[in-house]
Amino acid sequence: MTEEYKKYTVRHAPKSPVVKDTLRAFLCGGALCAAAEGLKNLYLFAMMSRDDASLITSVTLVFLAVLTTGLGVFDSAARFAGAGLLVPITGFANAVAAPAIDSKTEGYVLGVGAKIFTVAGPVILYGTVSGALYGAIYYLWRIFS
Amino acid sequence: MDYLYAFLVGGALCAVAQILLDRTKLTAARILVGYVVAGVALGGVGLYEYLVDFAGAGATVPLTGFGNVIAEGVRRAIDERGAVGILTGALTSASGGVGAALVFGFIASLIFKDRKQK
Repeated sequence: MTEEYKKYTVRHAPKSPVVKDTLRAFLCGGALCAAAEGLKNLYLFAMMSRDDASLITSVTLVFLAVLTTGLGVFDSAARFAGAGLLVPITGFANAVAAPAIDSKTEGYVLGVGAKIFTVAGPVILYGTVSGALYGAIYYLWRIFS
Repeated sequence: MDYLYAFLVGGALCAVAQILLDRTKLTAARILVGYVVAGVALGGVGLYEYLVDFAGAGATVPLTGFGNVIAEGVRRAIDERGAVGILTGALTSASGGVGAALVFGFIASLIFKDRKQK
């Protein structure tokens, strides 16, 4: 009886949201990166250097993410894709644009000017600090090797 | 094949973040910061460039790729300018992506309506 019941509950329980979320993030994030690869090849075809093509690809994604954030589409897409839109540079762009747009009423200096860094600030800070730490190690390693 | 590898690696990096979001108390902002720092570390020891060669945009588009760009920039700045590069490298190399996000974000704040007011 209990065995039967266990089987029944396993069969009828909703799939774990973690599995569903992760699958969505994998598929959406993967698709976004594959599309970005296509975009990069397009820029390479337009005679850009490898570094520039990669950067302009990021800039294009940032532009699209900011535009869709302003139009209100990004939020609904992100609710579906989760980390699939958050972890690519689109998530960073959204985290810059959304608080900037939403804090207009607080003015352009302490509203937009400050809130635009809500997420960008920590990312830039810890990117710079870890970069400097790595730089110090690399600098010493160069001297002693 | 390039597209398949970009899909698989990019997707996997996103999937890991999704599991962290669902299973731990880490917020989205903390995960973004963690990914950038992880990218600096992996780029610093020279591992991330293999991933970039293998997966292209699948490695450069996720925020770990942003961290890798910072590590590469710091290394280049130190090679070219010496110790000053420790301080200039990170922000110089990050300037493209950050500049785009800030400029576009600011313009968006001029154009679009505050969504909280609706």
